[in-house]
Amino acid sequence: MIEVAENKCDFCGCCVGVCPVNCIEVKEADIIIDHEICIDCDICVFICPIEVLSQTDPKRSSSSEAA
Amino acid sequence: MWKEQKKYDCIVVGGGPAGSTFARVAAESGLSVLLLEKDRDIGMPVRCGEAVSDAGLRIFYEPNPRWIASTITRMKLVAPNETVVEFDLNEKGYILDRRIFDYDLAEYATKAGAMIVTKAYVDGLLIEEDKVVGVQGVHIGERFEKRAKIVIGADGVESRVGRWAGLKTTCKLKDMESGIQKTVTGIDVHEHMFEFYLSKHWAPGGYIWVFPKGKNKANIGLGILGSYAKNGKAAHQYLDEFLEWKYPQASVLTTVVGGIPVAKTVKEMVSDGLMLIGDAAHMVNPVTGGGIIPGMRSGLLAAETAVKALNNGGPTKRNLQPYEKAWHKVGGKSHERFYRIKEAIYRFTDDDLNRIADGMSGIPENERSLFKLFSIAVRKKPSLLIDVARVFAGV
Ligand SMILES: Cc1cc2nc3c(=O)[nH]c(=O)nc-3n(C[C@H](O)[C@H](O)[C@H](O)COP(=O)(O)OP(=O)(O)OC[C@H]3O[C@@H](n4cnc5c(N)ncnc54)[C@H](O)[C@@H]3O)c2cc1C
Ligand code: SF4
Ligand code: SF4
Repeated sequence: MIEVAENKCDFCGCCVGVCPVNCIEVKEADIIIDHEICIDCDICVFICPIEVLSQTDPKRSSSSEAA
Repeated sequence: MWKEQKKYDCIVVGGGPAGSTFARVAAESGLSVLLLEKDRDIGMPVRCGEAVSDAGLRIFYEPNPRWIASTITRMKLVAPNETVVEFDLNEKGYILDRRIFDYDLAEYATKAGAMIVTKAYVDGLLIEEDKVVGVQGVHIGERFEKRAKIVIGADGVESRVGRWAGLKTTCKLKDMESGIQKTVTGIDVHEHMFEFYLSKHWAPGGYIWVFPKGKNKANIGLGILGSYAKNGKAAHQYLDEFLEWKYPQASVLTTVVGGIPVAKTVKEMVSDGLMLIGDAAHMVNPVTGGGIIPGMRSGLLAAETAVKALNNGGPTKRNLQPYEKAWHKVGGKSHERFYRIKEAIYRFTDDDLNRIADGMSGIPENERSLFKLFSIAVRKKPSLLIDVARVFAGV
């Protein structure tokens, strides 16, 4: 599952732009991931410039082929 | 009052340079325009290096001294082995102050008759019989619905407007730069010079920029390509290392992060009742990462098409498609060429980059130019040489 370190987020929306299933929402100062829709591809984790997002499942982290 | 008015000709989602330019041109042509921006300030935070060319800016506005932090006439490239190449630019450029610039563009739109509302977050489209007929969202805790003949997605890199209407606007990881920038002070910089640092160890698949805002202040930032971001080192680490090395005495006034789509433009930019402009349609120049001018250009072209469509036949997909054609005619071809050049140069190794810098160093300074630089860079790929020649000839 993708975990959000919300107090680190700059709300830039870069992760939203790459999410293949459109399950991230960034408001003025609020970020929400819909875990029901998320496919755990980790692309958002890679693209975030300041490491706000992380994959909690150790087997999955940094093993994505989805790029 | 926008709260009472239920219906507009156009609703623009997003108040960046693309959205404000669309709003101004459409309003000047007599359309009723509502522009909704989710942030509490137009133009803030400034997620941008703020560099534009004089010629690009002039297409749309007479450069106003209020907007200009520095005028740029020279450029410096630093290769991985720290070889430095400098030369004067054929065309001058500016580092803008986008807080003022974006504000002024929004004011021009308002003067032309558009209504702008901030803190208005759009979270969905109104769709009837497969046609987009408006937007819904929240304004300071209160839900709203507004109808429009055309909705314009000017919602930047995070654009969801197009996706809600079924357009494919997701950016691939390999076509997105993970960007970060600090505006720093207490340093010495050449006031009129762009500086670029190119190396896999400084910014893989991208570059570091030092854009001066006066003699002691600069926007210093970088983008790394998504495909390299997979390697586990994030953009902020690269920037911190660079600043520690080059400007350890710098005070940081602002830090921003952001994504820069360095992609082909989206295939379909319109559907029934909907148009996409600016970063939302991936209009950023894939080599330079510059998106201000292409954003304004797409806003202008989209507005011209919107006016025609509403005066003649209505906002059907077919009637909005001339915007796509106009984009391809004015900027699309060179965008594709830049994309091909990007695909080649982002694969360069540090050895390749050192060789290019050496090649440039061998040319007398008054004969150096961006064209020469790119020509040397793609020398081994004759097909790309044609792209370079055409891009610089503007054909
Ligand atoms: C680090 C960095 C450096 C850059 N440097 C340069 C440079 O030097 N030169 C250059 O030309 N370009 C540069 N760019 C690119 C440039 O900033 C963008 O291309 C440009 O801002 C795009 O304009 P736009 O109007 O399309 O979108 P934006 O300026 O991003 O505006 C989109 C607006 O839409 C709003 N919005 C989004 N979703 C919603 C919603 N659901 N409801 C309401 N409002 C919404 C956002 O808050 C935002 O204000 C840089 C980008 C980054 C990230
Ligand atoms: S990319 Fe990172 S900083 Fe930007 S919105 Fe997503 S989580 Fe926040
Ligand atoms: S892991 Fe993939 S699907 Fe899940 S939020 Fe991130 S980008 Fe979207």
